[in-house]
Parts: sequence; C-alpha cells; structure tokens
Amino acid sequence: MLGWFPENISTYGHGIDHVIQVIYYIVGAWFLLVEGVLFYFLIRYRKKKGVPAVYEPGSTWKALLWVFIPAVLILGFDLGIDWAQAPVWDEIKLSLPLPEQVVRVTGRQFVWEFVQAGPDGKLDTADDIATVNQLTVPIHAKVQFELLAADVIHSLWIPNLRLKQDAVPGRTIKGWFEATKEGTYPIACAELCGSGHGVMKGELHVLNPVDYQRWLHETVH
Amino acid sequence: MKRFIRTYLFSLDHKMIGKQYLITGLLMSLVGGYLAYVFRHQLAWPGSPVPGYGMVGPDQYNGFVTMHGTIMVFWVAMPILLSGFGNYLLPLMIGARDMAFPRLNMLSYWTFFLSTVVLITSFFVPGGPASGGWTSYPPLSDQPGFTGVFWGGHLWILAVALEFTSMLMGGINFLTTTLALRAKGMCLFRMPIFVWMENIASLLFMFSVGPLIAGAFMLLADRLVNTGFFMPSAGGDPLLFQHLFWFFGHPEVYVLLLPSLGILAEVFTVFSRKTLFGYRTIVYATLVAGVLSFVVWAHHQFISGMDPRLAAPFSVTTILISVPFAISLFSFIATLWGGSIEFTTAMLFAVGMLAEFMIGGVTGIFNGSAAADIYLHDTYFVVAHFHYTLFPVTFFGAFAGIYHWFPKMYGRFLNEKWGKVHFWVTALSFNVIFIPLFLLGLAGHQRRIFDPTVFDYLAKYQHLHVIATFAMITMLLGQIPFIANFIISIYKGRLADRNPWKGTTLEWVAPSPPGHGNFENDPVVHRGPYDYSLPGRDREWVSQTEE
Amino acid sequence: MKIAEANENQVPLWRLGVWWFLGSEIVVFGGLLACYTLYRFHHPEWGMEAAHTLSWVGAINTVVLLTSSLTMILAHERVEQCDLSGAVKFLGITILLGLLFLSFKGYEYHHEISNGLLPSKSLFWSFYYLMTGLHGLHVVGGLIANGVVWQGLKKGKNPHRIESVGIYWHFVDVVWIYLFPLLYLASPGGAL
Ligand SMILES: [Cu+2]
Ligand SMILES: [Cu+2]
Repeated sequence: MLGWFPENISTYGHGIDHVIQVIYYIVGAWFLLVEGVLFYFLIRYRKKKGVPAVYEPGSTWKALLWVFIPAVLILGFDLGIDWAQAPVWDEIKLSLPLPEQVVRVTGRQFVWEFVQAGPDGKLDTADDIATVNQLTVPIHAKVQFELLAADVIHSLWIPNLRLKQDAVPGRTIKGWFEATKEGTYPIACAELCGSGHGVMKGELHVLNPVDYQRWLHETVH
Repeated sequence: MKRFIRTYLFSLDHKMIGKQYLITGLLMSLVGGYLAYVFRHQLAWPGSPVPGYGMVGPDQYNGFVTMHGTIMVFWVAMPILLSGFGNYLLPLMIGARDMAFPRLNMLSYWTFFLSTVVLITSFFVPGGPASGGWTSYPPLSDQPGFTGVFWGGHLWILAVALEFTSMLMGGINFLTTTLALRAKGMCLFRMPIFVWMENIASLLFMFSVGPLIAGAFMLLADRLVNTGFFMPSAGGDPLLFQHLFWFFGHPEVYVLLLPSLGILAEVFTVFSRKTLFGYRTIVYATLVAGVLSFVVWAHHQFISGMDPRLAAPFSVTTILISVPFAISLFSFIATLWGGSIEFTTAMLFAVGMLAEFMIGGVTGIFNGSAAADIYLHDTYFVVAHFHYTLFPVTFFGAFAGIYHWFPKMYGRFLNEKWGKVHFWVTALSFNVIFIPLFLLGLAGHQRRIFDPTVFDYLAKYQHLHVIATFAMITMLLGQIPFIANFIISIYKGRLADRNPWKGTTLEWVAPSPPGHGNFENDPVVHRGPYDYSLPGRDREWVSQTEE
Repeated sequence: MKIAEANENQVPLWRLGVWWFLGSEIVVFGGLLACYTLYRFHHPEWGMEAAHTLSWVGAINTVVLLTSSLTMILAHERVEQCDLSGAVKFLGITILLGLLFLSFKGYEYHHEISNGLLPSKSLFWSFYYLMTGLHGLHVVGGLIANGVVWQGLKKGKNPHRIESVGIYWHFVDVVWIYLFPLLYLASPGGAL
C-alpha cells in the first residue's frame, strides 16, 4: 500500500501516511469479512432441488441484532478512525508554528509564483526574492507560506511533502511545512484551472543550511 | 401517423414515458462512453491521434472530461434510475392506472429532451463545450476569459437548469402519485422498497437542488450581465458556489443510489425466494440517511480554503451517515441467508452492484477522514472511489433492472446466455479500469491533467493508464452483445407471460406488456410485498393481491 | 376508463401537486435569501446602497400585493358560495393589482437604471435585481395562471382551480414580504 506513495520528506507526512495505513487495515478487514459473508451466502444458498428457502422477515429485535451489532461496531471503528486522524489534521491545518522562513505563493494561469523573504526574514522588503516555478528552502526549517490565487482556484500540490492546499482568489491562506531531506521534488496544481492545468509544474529544492546560505546570497546580489 | 405520435412521442402513458427516459439515458451513456474513450486514449498514449476522433488538445480534453461527468450524472444516471424505472414501475407497483399528472409527466420528459438537445448543441458551438469540470467551480466557470469557452458555458448552465426543472416535475408526480393513487389495501408499509426509494430520492432532490438553482442563476448573471456573485474583485466569494454545489451534490449521490438499491431489493427477493430482511428497518434507515445527507456536504471541501475547524464536525456527520447505510446493506445481505438463489443475469448484476459498491463505500472512508484527504483529495484515488460508487449504482443497477423487467416492458425475455456474457465482460473490465486508478491516486496522480508524462513521478506509472484504457475499450465492446440482445429480443425474444419470475408485487399482476391503464381490474392488496416461501402455503410465493 | 383518479377520502391530486411544487420553489428562494443574508453580514456598507432603493414605492407595492392576496381570498370564498360572477370580479381585481405591482416595479427599475444603479454596480445591486427579478417572473407566471382560471370562470368552467392559483399567489406574496425588508429597509445602522 505505502509502496505506491512517493517518498515522504516532511515532518508531518508520516502522520498522514500512518492514518491512511490504519484506515487501510481497518476497512480492509471489514471489507474482506463482509464480502466473505456475501459470497459464502451466494454459494451456500444457491438453488438446490427440494431445498426450500426459509421465511425470515427480520422483524424481531433478536433477528435484527445480526445487522445492528455489526453496524454499531462499524460506528465504533469509524469514530476510532476519526479520533486517530484529528490530531494529524490539527497539526497540519490548524497550527501555525513560528516561521523560520516565509514565502508568498501565488497561483496564476499557469505558473506558481514565489516571493521569498531575503536575508532580513521579512516579506515586502527590498531584498525579497521572486521566482517562478522554483522554490528553494532550507532543510529542517519551518517554512510558512501565504497562499494566494491571481485568477482562478488552483491547488498547491507537493506530493513528497504531503502538502495540498487550494489557493482561492480573494483569500490569503496560511500554512506551513518542514522538509527533512535534501533534493529536488515536483510541485503541481491539483485543481482544474484551465487549459494549462496539466503543465503547471514547478520544483521544490531542499538545500542544506550551507548551500542555502550560498544560494541566498548569490540570488540577492 | 397520428397514432404513432400519440403512442411513441407525445404519449401520456407513464410506461411509454418511462421507456423514453430509459432509452434517452442509454443513448446518452454511449455519448458519455465515447468521451471517456477519447480522453482515456489520450491519457494512455498522450499526443497520439485518437482513432475515431483525431488529435486531442488540452482544451478538448478539459471539455470532454467536463461533459463526461455532466452527462453520466445528469443525463444517464438520473433519467435511467430515477425517471426511467420510476416512471415505468411506480404506478404499476402501487396498483395505479397512471401517474397523478400525465400531462405534467409528458412535459417533464420533453423538457428533459430539450435539455439534452441544448447540451449536445454545446459541443458544436464556437469555443466548444463547457470545460470547467462537472462541478463548474467559479471563477474558472464564471468568466469566459479563463477557459476561452463562451457559448458552451452558457448552454451548460441552461441545459442543467432545464434538466433540474424536468426532474422536479417528475418528483412532484412521483410524490403525489404515491400519496394519492395507491390501490386499495396498499398502505405505506406494504409498498415495495423500490417505491419508497424513488420517493425518498425525489424528496432529497427537491430539497437539495433549490440552492444550486439559485447558484446557477448567480453564475449565469456573472457571465451575462457582469455581476460578481462569485468574483472576489466585486466582493463575491468563489467558495459560496462550492457550498451550494455540494449541499446539493451529496444528497444527489443518494438520489442515484436509492433507486438502484430499490431495484436491488426487488431482484434479491425474487431470485432468492426470500422475504426482505428488515423491511421497516431499511425504510427507517434510509430516511435517517436522507436527513443526514444534508449536513455532510463540506467533506468535499476539506482543503478548499474553508475554515479548517469545520473539518471536525463534518467528519463526524460523514461517519454517522455510514451507519444507516451499513444497516441497509447488511439487511440486503441477510436477505440472501437461507435463500434459494437463482443466478439469472438480473441477479448477477444486482449481486455485482452490491459487491462493487462496497469498494466505493469503504474507500470513501479515506476521503472522509480530513487528514488522509489532504493527500488523496483531487487525485485519481477520488476518481476511482466515486466511479466505484456511481458505476455499479448506475450501470449494474440499470442492467439488473432491465434484465428483470424487460419481460414486463416488451412481453419477451432478453437472451440469458448473452446476458451473462454481458455481465462478466462488464464486471471484469470495470475492475481492471478502476483498480489501476486507485494505485495512480496513491502515487499522487492529480486529476484532470492532460498529459501525465509531463511529470517524472507519474511517467513511471504510465503502464497503469494503458491497462485502464485497454479495459475501458473492452468494456465498450462488451456492450455490443447487450445492445444487440435488447433490439433483437424486442421482436424475437422468447415470449413471457405476465409473471415470468414468479414475483409477488403488483407489476406482475398486470399483463406483459400492460395496456394503457395497466390492470384489467383495479388490484386490491391484502399483504406486504415480499411473501416468498411463506410457511403453510402450498405455493412458494403469495402475490400481494391474494388473501 | 378514467386513468388518474384519487382514492376516496383523500386530498385532491392537484392540491398535493401544488404543495409539492411550492416546496421546491421555497428552497430556491430560500437558497437565494440565505446567500444574500450571509453576504449581508459581511458587508455592513450595503446599508448605504439600500438607501438608494425607492422604499416608498416598495412600501406601496407591499400594500398592493397584500391587497391582491385579500381579493384572491374573496374570490375563492365567492366560488365556495357558488357566486361565480362575484368570483370573476374579485379575481379580476387581483389580476389588475398584480399588473399594478409590475408597473410600479418597472418604474423602479427604470428609475434605478437611469441613475446608473445597474446589476454590476455592486453585489448589493446584483442581489437586488436577481431576487426582485426572479420574484417578478413569478408574479408574471402567477398572472398568467390567474388569467387562465379567470377565463374559465367566466364560462363557468373549473371553478375549483381557484384554490391552486390562490395558494400560488399567496406564496408569491409571502416571498415579497421577505424581500421588502431585506432589500429596501436594510438600514446602515443595524446588521440587517
Ligand atoms: Cu490547476
Ligand atoms: Cu459527499
């Protein structure tokens, strides 16, 4: 199951992967059980000469327990899943750790524009770094983003970070991530945004602190 | 000539109107299937010309994806399941001579027909059809400049509005007919489950579609007179449309699911010779699910930019709604227990629907958990998930119904041998199409992209697209036996008497095919709908009309 | 053989049909009103825009429509009393009042448009035109239905239909009762 996933390189990605795996095992077991019962009935009770069907309207509580008990069990498992996933959601979408790096991301037909705080660590100053489709961040740093859309809805999609967030015109949506592995990773758009939706493609470069400082100074000067 | 028009075109007979809906829906499924063929070919072999179409550009691709979704939901699933079978069967099953308002019924079909014409026209106008997705989110769908589609977008809104109007007229007819025209002795809890399902579905549609109609007016105003209901530059909010859409969209899933479950209940009882397990429980559970379906919509919008704190309450309601459906599905399975099951083609499709739908159901749990949805939202996992719900519901359900009631509709049987070929090809190819799409989704493949090979991390899974496309073509070819069977059997099929499957419900009391007015004598009902294998009887089925 | 026929002692078919129809209409207007109200809470400045509506014309129109509902009730009551000529008279007055409503509404639109208050001016005006326009279409539809029934009444045909059009006409009236305060009287001070 998890073998299909692209490599996780964010601090919170494991949480998402874990939730998906937990759901997979729970619903997988239920699925096999229910399909098993269904197919058992289909084979066991297929038409045979001289064997009449029974009459069971399921109108007594005793009979109905056969469907109510599994339904209540399902409710229990569902609530368990919900309970397990809530902290992951809260960490990713509800908390906003103090940023070590800030970047403004704007979706525009059909590019991702990035404006990054320069050495002063603040946006909207003279040393801001503006790039198109290329985002460079230091490893192990909490990066906070402000997500905007210039025209239509886009969705910032960085599979390796397990990061997906719609960018909505008229709103500034804040979020964060922390990358844990150096390298170059794909950035895409996950919400249909017009004819170039499929070629809206960028790259995330995660650098070690030394390389990052060098990149920063080379770019600013 | 005049008789022909009266009988086949402007008929007031609910059975003819039901057939008109059914046939129109089946024909539209060919259009939707063709579109799927074109874009699946493009996905498997990007940039190579599609046999039978030609080169596909990104704009055509978006247009075809949009129209495929629109057509399959609004012009196939709804007319076939809700209107087609509903019109044909509902009066028969409750022992009525016709619908309460036959003229309104005819108007409903012709409004639907008009909407179909408008929709098809949009393929041929300059700029092509709407291409903002079947969900038609603004601002993309709001300003023609964003997609380059001008007329197509207007016509899309007009067609959908007409279609909704037609379905509303149909719903008024269903609800009124059921309340007022039941045969003597047909109290509510003696109605077949199918009748319950049609009515609950009509209610859900009636009370969920209003806000979206309002939203459609707003969208149209934005396009035509330059208002800004959904444009932030004018103070509007794009997310409002998403709320209106999904407030309708989730109940709409049940508008399709319920009639199909109704068909399943009828087919299961007949071919297992069993009474339905937990009749009242199923009815109550469905009513509860119907009410809950109005408070789950935001699970489609976890990462849409709405307040993330809303994820928790909507996760909980989404989970709660799985309980009544679990109860219904388990009751259907329990119905098979102790039965004497005969695998006719109708039964195969009904069983197939239940077995496949469960995959759709359990994969919904992934999307319903907000944290997992961060990764899976807008990927092929979602595409596979909703096809595993809607495809079995629409097509397995419709085929089960067609093989089951064809003898009633035409007085002749469909060929069972070719029916089974049809079932196995459809069922196997269906799984081979959509299991690869689950895997692509897990690999992070976002939806609605024109050429997956643009991304290195997707290019390595290209073979999955190829497999899915081959299976898709197989499925289309697998429908040829069905189409041939359908046409030939109308004229040459084995003759059927009025109750070929030994069923208990009222439609089997009428002649096959029933004349105008349905019954020779108005039936009088003495018992519930599924008295199969009743102890102490010399016959293993007791019709609702028997004392 | 008569095809559609209600079972004994049940609600007549057409009354059920009209109520289901109104049910689906209510959710359309309900959705629109809900959207407007949500936006309105976020835009207190709309109060200033609302001040440009012709409140006095709106007020007169409210009275006109309420009166027409009253004459509709009277027409219905005349039918019950088997006084068809009285019913013709009162239904005629109802129709005239409906036309009067539309004339006033037309005057308002004319006044507003000539002052540059177009639907695209601001979101408030978008809602104003959309909601009053949709309501106006319903008035037109109601007038057509009333006219058909009025024609029939004159010939003494289908007097029972007065009840269906009556229910519908009251519905159109009730929608206006919501629209008038929400659009015309939304003062700058209050939330609504
Ligand atoms: Cu996009
Ligand atoms: Cu939903």
